[in-house]
Amino acid sequence: MIHYIFRRTLIAVPTLLVISFIIFAILDLAPNDPTGNLPMTVPPEVRAKIRSSLGLDEPMHIRFGLWLVQFFINEPLNLMHEGFGISIGDAENRTRVISWATRSPVVDLIIQRTPQTLWVVGLSYLFGILIAIPIGIVSAYRQYSWFDQVGTFVSMVGFSVPTFFTGIVAIIIFSVQLRWFPMIYDTTLVVDSWQNFVSQVKQMIMPVSVLSLYNASQLSRFMRASILDNLNLDYVRTARAKGRSERVVLLIHVLRNSLIPVVTLIALGIPTIFSGAIITEQIFRVNGLGQLLIIAIEGADIPLVQTLTFIFAVLIVFFNLIADVVYGILDPRIRYD
Amino acid sequence: MTENMQSTEIAGDERFPEEELETVTQHRSLWGDVWRQFRKHKGAMTGVIVFIFITLMVSLGPLLHDIDPSAINFSERNFGPTLAHPLGTDNIGHDTLAQMLAGGQVSLAVGFLAMLIALLLGTLIGVLAGFIKSLDGPLMRLTDLFLALPILPLLLVIILLFRDTLRTIYGPETGIFMLIVFVIGITSWMHTARIVRSDVLGIKEREFVMAADSIGVRKRRIIFRHILPNILSPIMVSATLGIANAIITESALSFLGLGFPPDFPTWGRLLYDGANFIQITPARVIWPGLFIALTVLSVNYIGDGLRDALDPRLRGR
Repeated sequence: MIHYIFRRTLIAVPTLLVISFIIFAILDLAPNDPTGNLPMTVPPEVRAKIRSSLGLDEPMHIRFGLWLVQFFINEPLNLMHEGFGISIGDAENRTRVISWATRSPVVDLIIQRTPQTLWVVGLSYLFGILIAIPIGIVSAYRQYSWFDQVGTFVSMVGFSVPTFFTGIVAIIIFSVQLRWFPMIYDTTLVVDSWQNFVSQVKQMIMPVSVLSLYNASQLSRFMRASILDNLNLDYVRTARAKGRSERVVLLIHVLRNSLIPVVTLIALGIPTIFSGAIITEQIFRVNGLGQLLIIAIEGADIPLVQTLTFIFAVLIVFFNLIADVVYGILDPRIRYD
Repeated sequence: MTENMQSTEIAGDERFPEEELETVTQHRSLWGDVWRQFRKHKGAMTGVIVFIFITLMVSLGPLLHDIDPSAINFSERNFGPTLAHPLGTDNIGHDTLAQMLAGGQVSLAVGFLAMLIALLLGTLIGVLAGFIKSLDGPLMRLTDLFLALPILPLLLVIILLFRDTLRTIYGPETGIFMLIVFVIGITSWMHTARIVRSDVLGIKEREFVMAADSIGVRKRRIIFRHILPNILSPIMVSATLGIANAIITESALSFLGLGFPPDFPTWGRLLYDGANFIQITPARVIWPGLFIALTVLSVNYIGDGLRDALDPRLRGR
């Protein structure tokens, strides 16, 4: 197992390097000029100076190398310095990845935005899982019953209807017509009193429930299929023949085995918390990572786009690895060595 | 001897009554079976009807409802449904129905073309990886690499960065249309490639392929004549899922304001433009959203039905 994890990590490193290069190349190939938005009165010499101060004079491979050094060596060292007070080397004069638009370090911006994303999108992923598993179990156990029919239909609808439509419909109904919840997510709200807590919960209800529904509908279909696969197997018949109650058969024997593929699917889906946030945050105006990315893209803030996109890629590769390892641990039939 | 044989034949005929014989000898093709099974799937049949209806509506609708979708009429702003404008008008007097129909044409066209690109690319890569051993490793690493790319952020970046260049080369509408179809196509072929590869790996070891090989059939002919027909079913299923995926991606991009330009209606773009006016004219959001949802839902149901119908283990149940 450890051997396998080690080998997979070794494969992941070149994969990530290639991905970071692809992202870098796409951003670099694009006809794009950070001084393009400056007023026309700025003379060309000043423009050239600005460009060279942003490091744009260097050839592409040197800039890519610089970014790699900044992202993989300087930023982690800086995090260690600021977070734990451990400083290695010259902590003060280290060059960091700097956003062109805000002139502040990219990593600091990302750290600022992460909690909002995690709260709204992460919570809805959690709720989605909690809703999906019981629905999947009941649907599969009572296959073709009215509950299953309704559940399958609802999950098909939930899975087909994009969140940017359900979100807007929710806004029309609950914010515009009924005025129950605020239309715009207020991220400056600090929870320090009961009243603030209530308004925080109120503004989270809509985005979280819309996204939970979407996540739950995908997972419950999968959960149902996985339980159905197991229900006809011999060990279930054996358990029943031994005289175990239906509850024990279903919730202990079958559920444990059917959860194996579901757990891997859940792990694989965690990166979508971050990339799926792009749309949800735009609907409900949550200023999380997704919105940061949109702003960066619209403002052609290349270092910020590069770093954020790469972090998404790291998450995908990392959770793919986690999913495979978890699968191997949970299912003793899988042997990687 | 001959008499004996004749007598057994007659006896055989007597054992089978006329009707039964007919059903036995009636020709049942593979696709006939698939169609028979598919018709039993109520959701899939409803999906086919809805999808055909939507396609006909957006393609023939403009002939019946002949208001120019880009006509601006300030005297008729923010109308509710009227006889002249069945779905009302928007804030500068565009007719919503005409825009819906025009937008539907673009959205469906993007869905179909992007699906075709993804399918061709996925099948090509899958067949090559499955059939040619030396290409298997590199092509599958490439597939893994594409699967690890954060697709939506990259799509946004590519569209934003290359939009203006293509616009100047091919004109504002064709340029962005080609860009969107192309980028959605080249970022959604991976699942098709994986399925096709694993199916090709199984089929190329089968006897009929070996037989074809041994009588000297050329490789290319083996692929087209013997392998491709046998992997058609997973390809068809991923085609339906591909359309749904492409339509959703296009409308998501338009919804984020990075898809088509504002004067060029697509369902996603209409939804995005309408979102700022939900308090005045909620219909502008509801209709495009409803049609995106209906199209994707019907296509997904068709895919579900196809998967069941093409799976021989489920057939006949």
